[in-house]
Amino acid sequence: MPIHEKSLIRPENLKTHENLVIEGIDVSGHWSTFIESRVVTDYNENLEDEIAAMPGADKIHRCWQCGSCTNACTVNAIEPRFNPRYWIYLIRTGMESELLRDKDIIWQCVSCHKCTHVCPRDVEPEGVMKATAHWLTMKGYTPPSPSHIFDEEFTRQIVQRGRIEDTEVLHNFLRKTKQPLMQDWLTAIAFAIGKRLPVKWGIKMAWAQIFKPKTRGWDRARVALEDYIHEVEAERKAVIDGKGKPQQAPMREAAE
Amino acid sequence: MVDVTDKAKKYRSVGYYPGCALEGTGNGYDVSTRAIAKKLGLGLRDVSNWNCCGAMEVKNVDPKIQTYLSARVLSQAVNEDRMDVVMAPCNGCYHNLKKAEYDLAHDPKSVEVVDKLSAKAGHKAYKAGEAETIHALDWLKEAIGEDGLRERTNGKLAGLKIANYYGCMYVRPRHIFPEKDKGPGSESTSQPHFMDDLLAAAGAENVSFPLKTACCGGAHTLSDSDTSTKLVLNILQAAEASGAEVIATECPTCHTGLEMHQVRAEKRFGKKTNVKVLYFTQLLGLALGIGPRALGIHTNISDSMDLIIEKRLT
Repeated sequence: MPIHEKSLIRPENLKTHENLVIEGIDVSGHWSTFIESRVVTDYNENLEDEIAAMPGADKIHRCWQCGSCTNACTVNAIEPRFNPRYWIYLIRTGMESELLRDKDIIWQCVSCHKCTHVCPRDVEPEGVMKATAHWLTMKGYTPPSPSHIFDEEFTRQIVQRGRIEDTEVLHNFLRKTKQPLMQDWLTAIAFAIGKRLPVKWGIKMAWAQIFKPKTRGWDRARVALEDYIHEVEAERKAVIDGKGKPQQAPMREAAE
Repeated sequence: MVDVTDKAKKYRSVGYYPGCALEGTGNGYDVSTRAIAKKLGLGLRDVSNWNCCGAMEVKNVDPKIQTYLSARVLSQAVNEDRMDVVMAPCNGCYHNLKKAEYDLAHDPKSVEVVDKLSAKAGHKAYKAGEAETIHALDWLKEAIGEDGLRERTNGKLAGLKIANYYGCMYVRPRHIFPEKDKGPGSESTSQPHFMDDLLAAAGAENVSFPLKTACCGGAHTLSDSDTSTKLVLNILQAAEASGAEVIATECPTCHTGLEMHQVRAEKRFGKKTNVKVLYFTQLLGLALGIGPRALGIHTNISDSMDLIIEKRLT
């Protein structure tokens, strides 16, 4: 892995005057360069609570900032801005505007569980990433990410029928994210296996399209799940509206 | 030490939870698992009327729904089918059933939610400890073992260079797999070796492969394809650099991810790799003398037939 060099001075904070004369001395150009100091004034004191109320982040309060998560992170290795340790820090200190600078990449966590595997404090950083992405969408800071749309489509099918059907997931996901169904690489794959597959398979796939796989007697489970989802979503909304507190998860024995 | 003989007996007949992927894109894994069970005389009884375990998506809507879905599968196995061992070949299913087991044993809130949802759904709630969840690797490793495979395969895979790829969900996070990392005879979360052991017993030459538990980006195969392609390409290139002719997989998401993004890497980035991708059950099936079609090899995206013929595996 490469060693990433990172400047602590942001380019937009470097100020230079093209034409500046101070007390008769010409300090135009780089002679007048100064760094605008960063002043954080807009803390969101409720930020940690808001995110802790989202699915998967109920253990965020345990973080000690050791950085094991970022060190182990799959995405960090290809995108240095992807920094779970730093985001947890920003969330816990209420620095919302700083967090929002990275709002478009937080959803890219691939759920490899390397962070949760190494975390000495049982924070489950992977859950925090997903929760933060969820929160960004819920607050209206980002449109639903492709991953969020995928999760919702997938969950919808399970709640409805108990099972998913691969082609329906693919088809609805591409439709909801406004992507063409005929993508060069997808058609290349379909063509490659299409010529090898027996007719029986085509019939089986078409059959699954019409008669979706379903768990028998799922209706009561569907109602139970729908009620439960309404319940937890109302709880989350209450916390975001400042009308409730999130429940903190107990510490795992082995990590204590 | 693990009591090997006891497990060998117990695992000869197990409950089988194929899950959604094995009925869809990962069909070759299902077909080959059933084919080798038949060949080896091992009993597989399907969990009746199962549901999805929640995969990698449902927990992002709510983690406890995922715990309920997995617990519903286990409840079905225990209460309807009277099973005490559930074997799940899919890493995602295996991981989620293990996670549910862990949560129900350690988190009272999860127990409360599962009890409530189970009662409303009209079935008995699963209680921690009622069933044991195992992976297809545990199943073959214990029920047949390396000696058993050695006897039945006569080193049929000799000369085949394999990179064993385990992915994420089989080993991480460590706390949901209390039986792993327990010394000799147990699986390791940092250097898993059960698949290596089984394939070596069938005569294969396992190459030294550093990315055994790297991530293929499977969760974002479709939603963030460029990231997935980068991660997969890394794995494919590392396997080729290690001298492997084929990557053995034990997870339908990894398998499909490797195959799809192998095509995508070539189409979108012009990076061609030639390494083949086969489920470890397909490789063991070939070693046991089962034909490629009966193992669903023709349903893989990656076309391995030339290699199989070249190595005289058919």
